Amino acid sequence: MALAPSSIEWALAVVFLPLAGALLCFLAPRRAAALGLTIAALTAASTLGLTLEVVVAGTQRTVLGGWGAPLGIVWLADGLSVTLMAMTAAVGVAVSVYAAAYFRDEHTERAFFWPLWLLLWTALNALFLSADLFNLYVTLELMGFAAASLTALGGSAAAVSGAIRYLLVSVLGSLFYLLGVALIYHACGTVDIALVAACIGDAPRPAVQAAVGVMFAGLMLKTALFPFHFWLPPAHGSAPAPVSAVLSALVVKASFYLLLRLWIDVLGGGGRWLAELLGLLGAAAVIWGSVLALRQERLKLLIAYSTVAQIGYFFMAFPLALAGDSAAWTGALYLALAHGLAKAAMFLTAGNLMRFGGHDRIAELDRAVHRLPLTLTAFTLAGVSIMGLPPSGGFIGKWLMLEAAFRQERFGLAVVMLLGGALAAAYVFKVVGHAFTPAVRSRRERKIPAAMEWSALLLAVVAILLGLTLPMIWPLLQIGGPAAALSAAGAATGAVA
Amino acid sequence: MIPLFDTSVPPDAVLPPDAVLPLLVLASSLVPGLVIFFLGEERVRTRTLLNLGGALTKLALVGWMFRGVYEGQRYEARLPLLDGLDLVLRVGSLSLLFLVLSAGLWLVTTVYAVGYLERSPNRSRFFGFFSLCVTATVGVAMSGNLLTFILFFELLTLTTYPLVVHRGTEAARRAGLAYLAHTVFAGVMLLAGTVWLYTLTGTLTFAPRGFVSEIADTHRGPLIAIFALLIAGVGVKAALVPLHGWLPLAMVAPAPVSALLHAVAVVKAGAFGIVLIVYDVFGVEQAAELGLTGPLAAVAAVTIIYGSLRALFQDDLKRRLAFSTVSQVSYIVLGVAIVGPLASVGGIVHLVHQGIMKITLFFCAGNLAETLGIHKVSEMNGVGRRMPWTMGAFSIAALGMIGVPPIAGFVSKWYLGLGALEAGVHWPLYVLTLSSLLNAAYFLPILHAAWFCEPTTQWPAAGSGTGTENGKPIGDSGRWLRPETGWLLLLPPLVTAALSLLIGLFASSPFSPLEWSLLIAEREFHYP
Amino acid sequence: MTQPVFWALVGMALVVIGLYGLIVHAHLLRKILALNVISSGVFLVFIALARRAPRDGAAISPGPDPVPQAMVLTGIVVAVAATGLAVALIVRLRAMTGRTTLGDEADN
Repeated sequence: MALAPSSIEWALAVVFLPLAGALLCFLAPRRAAALGLTIAALTAASTLGLTLEVVVAGTQRTVLGGWGAPLGIVWLADGLSVTLMAMTAAVGVAVSVYAAAYFRDEHTERAFFWPLWLLLWTALNALFLSADLFNLYVTLELMGFAAASLTALGGSAAAVSGAIRYLLVSVLGSLFYLLGVALIYHACGTVDIALVAACIGDAPRPAVQAAVGVMFAGLMLKTALFPFHFWLPPAHGSAPAPVSAVLSALVVKASFYLLLRLWIDVLGGGGRWLAELLGLLGAAAVIWGSVLALRQERLKLLIAYSTVAQIGYFFMAFPLALAGDSAAWTGALYLALAHGLAKAAMFLTAGNLMRFGGHDRIAELDRAVHRLPLTLTAFTLAGVSIMGLPPSGGFIGKWLMLEAAFRQERFGLAVVMLLGGALAAAYVFKVVGHAFTPAVRSRRERKIPAAMEWSALLLAVVAILLGLTLPMIWPLLQIGGPAAALSAAGAATGAVA
Repeated sequence: MIPLFDTSVPPDAVLPPDAVLPLLVLASSLVPGLVIFFLGEERVRTRTLLNLGGALTKLALVGWMFRGVYEGQRYEARLPLLDGLDLVLRVGSLSLLFLVLSAGLWLVTTVYAVGYLERSPNRSRFFGFFSLCVTATVGVAMSGNLLTFILFFELLTLTTYPLVVHRGTEAARRAGLAYLAHTVFAGVMLLAGTVWLYTLTGTLTFAPRGFVSEIADTHRGPLIAIFALLIAGVGVKAALVPLHGWLPLAMVAPAPVSALLHAVAVVKAGAFGIVLIVYDVFGVEQAAELGLTGPLAAVAAVTIIYGSLRALFQDDLKRRLAFSTVSQVSYIVLGVAIVGPLASVGGIVHLVHQGIMKITLFFCAGNLAETLGIHKVSEMNGVGRRMPWTMGAFSIAALGMIGVPPIAGFVSKWYLGLGALEAGVHWPLYVLTLSSLLNAAYFLPILHAAWFCEPTTQWPAAGSGTGTENGKPIGDSGRWLRPETGWLLLLPPLVTAALSLLIGLFASSPFSPLEWSLLIAEREFHYP
Repeated sequence: MTQPVFWALVGMALVVIGLYGLIVHAHLLRKILALNVISSGVFLVFIALARRAPRDGAAISPGPDPVPQAMVLTGIVVAVAATGLAVALIVRLRAMTGRTTLGDEADN
């Protein structure tokens, strides 16, 4: 194995390749698309390498610059983080291919899209790898800046104000998180996740409680959990399609991932009341987001509200996991993965429809089924996963969570999950139905490059096939940190009351 | 006792079950369907070749499996999906019955659809979904556990939706919306019941006489709720009152779709699902013990009467047929819910009989609409003279529906009645009698008008340019070569009408649907 | 009240004042100022509580802990970058619409 790159190099590659790519694309805007695509492919390949490494050899630790845990920076790649990185890579490649075609004729947007997008990818991978709380803060901010700038890429007033709102929310959320980090540092004298986890049991409780409170508040804001979702639809609805895709599919997941890490790795299960509160907010998000999605008249806003609803599901796992039901976590993670792929596909198809007809009003989709069959197929397949119909990834996630809910006889949560699925079907088919009927007046139509249709379709197909890969992904999720904590999560209730 | 699905053999038995054939049966319509999507609109030959090739292949494969099952070969394909839950395709005697029905009727419906949609737009999409729809149906037939059943059941919803809204009109969109509103509601119920059941039993594998008996004493309440959820879930597709609302609305779809919905795929899948839930999830005796079959029988009886009553007042031919379906499909449910071997035979055999007769009626209605533009019963005066063959087929099927011997429908009703007597209950007899009277009341006027009334309108003649008077061709030597409508439209109803006559006449010959149903019932009950 | 606790409380007060300003003021520049007040508060808390909490048996090193100082430095850099980006976006918004507030499109 002397010739094969070791794990250290893979972990470095997944962060520094896109970073270098971002700089190169910035320096050579004319070649940005070609460069960006190459870098995307290389990054995806490195992610695959890292994933295989973790599968074969278990959790990988990377000590940057030779400085160890308390002072230096440590990267940790366990099953959970590589799974999310793999999802990022899948979405990333598809979005890159799509964007290469999407921005072909728009020079300014192309010149800025590629550096920012690759920077965002860098931040995401760094976030998934980071193993200390402060480093996570830095990556969180990096991600926020890149994402806010991408939101403004469209250049319209709506896009810019969406970006400003997003930036304000993002910075506020990060500051709250940082406040929590300060309190934790006060309590434990370290920010390394493993060391904090070891000391949190006998740290002063008020400090830990306050820290958990502000950190969760900040991250809920960034994850757009109801009622903090107000900023998401305008931001995701006004950005260019590839940007909306990565915002909805990846950026929201990153802060959820961080919440999960805190909950499982740092708090070892967290407190009962907080879990119930999160579950309640999640349930409210599912209903509220779905109902609002159903009421939208513009496709991109509909998809954005659907994201609000789907985020709710992730949080409903918290109360379910209290009883030590690890199926709930796996279910929520599976939903997150499936949602990432499917939602990205949906936003890409929305981009196709928007370019095709010059608008995204649902009632005037004007026989899009006949004219853009691949796009509509992609939309419907992605919708199947969002609704949670078998055999999609969304179905598996929902099944696992429902199983946990019924096992614990939490019928209220089960009803909300089922109702959310029905509402999702309603809003997906609202779109599909209007795509069959002709509009009152026909409009101009622009040709859609094949790359834009196929990248969306492939993503949607992957979201469906994800449902069949549980036997492969389940063991992967168990590798490293979370697994031990997952089963202990129930036992440690009341660590933070 | 020979179990319905051969579960006495442990999974790791000496002879590995054949996994290839069930998959091939699925692929024989899945692959043509997917290929057809990418065919250009004008590639009529290739598309027809693919359609018919797929349909014939499927029929041949199912025939092969029929022989295999008879000789004791086991067919099973599985794919791990969830922890301890696999996707399982299995072929037992009950699934074979439904498989043969859907594979056979798919063939005739394909022929019919090729003729029907000759010049309409978007044929590639239509036939693509048509094939996927049948894939889902055979998947439902072969599913070996409740999870697999849900998978194909929902796939069926998704693939029929584009067929319902195929015409792309506002009415079609609304019908599609109604269809989805019902089926999505059903899907939610079905999923809820299934997950709940799984958390209690830890298994979802269909087994003869059910798999819930171990928890029947400890979890009575939940089991009753689960039964209600599951039946509501499949009952929407089976059009049980009050969940039947979508069926008459879905009549906006082209005729082959109506035929498919009513006879082969959707409604049948729902009825089949009820049979599965009662027999292979709960076990019919267990269900009776839990007090569940009584309400189910009541719902079926109400549906039978209500459907017939509504049919009576429909002037639109297809709507009348739709309400007739609502009524007729519940015979199957009634047969299952009476709890007795003979009634079960009646119910199961009606699965086949109703399918064949109802598809004939829809083909004929399609022919009338396509050839003469007739959509309403009131326009049918004298149509028998203009289209004798079509109306002949229609008459056979309609008489069968009423229960006139020796047509297939009679056999079903006979066994249902016998079963009720055997089970010691009398009220189903009244329901059957009343329903038959109502059937007669809404079918006989049609027949009377078609055969014995004077035509009120001038129809274009059969063939082109043939001189006619009052719909009668005069002295045309080519009369017998010129069919009353396209051959592709005429042959399918004739074939199915002949079939419904034949399976009634030869009901007691080996391999008839009746004999096969007896076999199935024998395996569910300790039948002497 | 010890000195660190006093400064931490001051920091918390800044956070609260900033949050109030962020919510109340519509003008975007004020919002950014409010965010900066919040971040100053957070940094103050961080520095004030930099001393590791006394735990039994652990020797408390005299003098301030350098690690949080480094972290706060990083934080300040991040805050400056955020301010710069936000100001750039606001200038752009003003150039396009003449507004320096967020519109009503945030109704829902």
